[in-house]
Amino acid sequence: MHIPDGYLSPSTCAGLCAAATPFWYVSLRRMKRALHTRLVPLLSVFAAFSFIVMMFNLPLPGGTTGHAVGVAVSAIVLGPSASILAISTALAIQALFFGDGGITAIGANCFNMAIIGSLTAWAVYRTVSGRAPIESPRRVVAAALAGYISINLAALAAAVEFGIQPLFFHDANGAPLYAPYPLRIAIPAMMIGHLTIAGLAELVVTAGVVAYLQRADPGLLRTTAPMAPLGAGAAGWRSTRPLWVAMAVLMVLTPLGILAAGSAWGEWAPRDFSSETARRQMASSSGQMAPPAAAPAGLQRLASVWTAPMPGYAPRFVKSNGFGYLLSALMGTGATILVFLFAGWVTNR
Amino acid sequence: VKTSFIERSIASLLSTSEYAIAAEDLAGSIGALQGVDPRVKVAGLFMLILVVAASRRIEAIAAVFVCALPLALASHIRLRRLAEWVWLPVLFFTGTIAAPALFLTPGVPVLSAGILTITQQGLRGAAFLVSRAETAATLSALLVLTTPWPWVLKALRTFRCPAVFAVILGMTYRYVFVILGTALDMFESRKSRTVGVLEPADRRRISAAIAGVLLSKSVQLSGEVHLAMQSRGFRGEVYIMQDFRTKAADWCWLGGFVSIAGGAAWFAIA
Repeated sequence: MHIPDGYLSPSTCAGLCAAATPFWYVSLRRMKRALHTRLVPLLSVFAAFSFIVMMFNLPLPGGTTGHAVGVAVSAIVLGPSASILAISTALAIQALFFGDGGITAIGANCFNMAIIGSLTAWAVYRTVSGRAPIESPRRVVAAALAGYISINLAALAAAVEFGIQPLFFHDANGAPLYAPYPLRIAIPAMMIGHLTIAGLAELVVTAGVVAYLQRADPGLLRTTAPMAPLGAGAAGWRSTRPLWVAMAVLMVLTPLGILAAGSAWGEWAPRDFSSETARRQMASSSGQMAPPAAAPAGLQRLASVWTAPMPGYAPRFVKSNGFGYLLSALMGTGATILVFLFAGWVTNR
Repeated sequence: VKTSFIERSIASLLSTSEYAIAAEDLAGSIGALQGVDPRVKVAGLFMLILVVAASRRIEAIAAVFVCALPLALASHIRLRRLAEWVWLPVLFFTGTIAAPALFLTPGVPVLSAGILTITQQGLRGAAFLVSRAETAATLSALLVLTTPWPWVLKALRTFRCPAVFAVILGMTYRYVFVILGTALDMFESRKSRTVGVLEPADRRRISAAIAGVLLSKSVQLSGEVHLAMQSRGFRGEVYIMQDFRTKAADWCWLGGFVSIAGGAAWFAIA
C-alpha cells in the first residue's frame, strides 16, 4: 500500500499532504502537552518498532504469508495521536532512506495509513471492546477487527486516490499520465488483496500482540482503556450475558411481525404481480401507483436462480406462522453462531 | 528449498541492515555527489523529482533519467548495484501494475493478439508510470546513497522542517537498528530452538509473541532513553547545530541541478 512516486499527480500529493497537516499539528500539540520531555524518545522508539514490524513475515491461515503495517497495534497501545506521529515517522524513513513509498507521496501514504488507519483502528477498538476488562477475550476480537477494518479503509482511500487519476490527469490523446486505472478497476484490484491477504495479516498481528500483552504486559493496554478493570479473567464473556438474554427475548417476540399489515415494500415475488390481493397491497404501499401488469423480465429471470429452503420464514412442514417465525429465528441465530465458530476454528488451526 | 517464516523474516531484516551498511559506506566515500553540500543535494534532487512527477512528456522524464546515470557513476555507485537495489524491484512492482493497462486502457489499437489489443494510450500510460517511478526512485537513491542520514536531516532543517521532526527522524533511524538487532536475535534464538515443522497456529502465535515482546522492549527502551536524555540536561527544547558551509563548487552544482530541472520542465511544457 506504500504508494511510490509517479502514481499520483503532484496536485493530488499536495492536496493529501495539506489534508494530513492539521492532523500532524493537532497530534503533535496534544502529545507535547501530554508527554513533554518523553515525546521525542517515545515517538522515536515506537516509530522504529513500527518500521521493524512491517518487515515481519507473518504466516496466515490458508498457508500463505503476508506483511502487516502495525498501525492498529500502535493505535491500541499509544492512542491515535501518538500513533499518527509514530507511523508517519516510520513511513517517512521508509520513503526517504529505504525507497519504500515515494518522496512526493509521503503525504498521501501518511494520510492513508497513519491517519485513516490510526483513527479507524482506535475507534473500532474502543467501540467493540467497550468497558471489557483488560484481559477479556473481547479485547482480542476488538483488536482483530480494528486491524482488519483499519487496513482495509486505508487501502480503500489509496484505491480512490489511484482511481481518480485517469479522470483528471491524461494527455491530449487520452493516455493516463499517472495511475492508469479508473475507480471501477482500481477499487476491486486494491481491495481483493487487502480484504484477503493484507487484511488478514493485520488481523493476525494485532489480535496476536494484544493477546500476548494481556498475558505478559497488560499495563501497555491501559492507554486506550483507562477505565477498564484489570485481571477480571473471563468477565469479558460474562459481560455479554445481557446481549444473550436480549437476543432470546427478541427471538420469542419474532411472531409479532405477523401482526404488521400489508407487505414489505420492494420484497415482491414474481407471482405477486398476478395476484389481485398482492397487487392491491403493492399499490397501497406505493402511493396508489399501480404495479406493472406482469413481473419485470429481470425479476422473473433472476427470481428462479436460487430457491430458499425456508421461503417466507417457515419450513414447509410447519403450518403455524407464529411457530415458523420462532423456528426461523432459532435456526438463523444458530447458523450465524456456527459460521463464527467455524471461522474461529479455521483461524486457530 | 522451502524456507520457514522465521528464515524469511531474518532475511528481510538482514537485507535492510545490509542496505543501510552499504549506503553508509557509499555516503562516506569520496565521490562527485558525496562532496556536494547536502542542502544543495536535497534541493537539487527534490527539484528534479518534482519535475519528473509533473512532466507530461516521457522524453523529459527520460532526459532526467539519463542525466542521473553519469551522476551515479561519478559517485562510485555501480549501475549493477543500482539495478539490484532500485531498478529491478521498481520494474517488478510497477511493471506488474502497469502491464494490464496496455490492454485495459481504451484507445487507438497498435497491436492485436487474439482477444487482447494493445492501445496507443495504454502503451503511453504504462510508459509514463514505469518511467516516472524508475526515475524518481533513482534520484531518491542518489540522495540517500551519497549523503549520511544525519546530514540529510540537518539539510531538511534549512527547508523549515520543524526541529522536533528532524530529531525524531534522526533518533528513529538510530533505534531502527537497535530494535532490528533485537528482532534478529529473537528470530535466530527461536530458529535454533525449533525442531521439525510447526503447526500454522503455532507459527502465528510465535510471530505475534515476538512482535509483543519487541513492543514491551521498545517501551522499556524509550523509558531508558528518556532518562538518559534527561540526565544529560534535555528539557524538551530541541536544538540542531548547523555547520554546513557552501563552497563555490556547491553553487555550480546548484546551477547544474537548476539547469537540468529547468530544461526538463521547459521541454515538458513546450
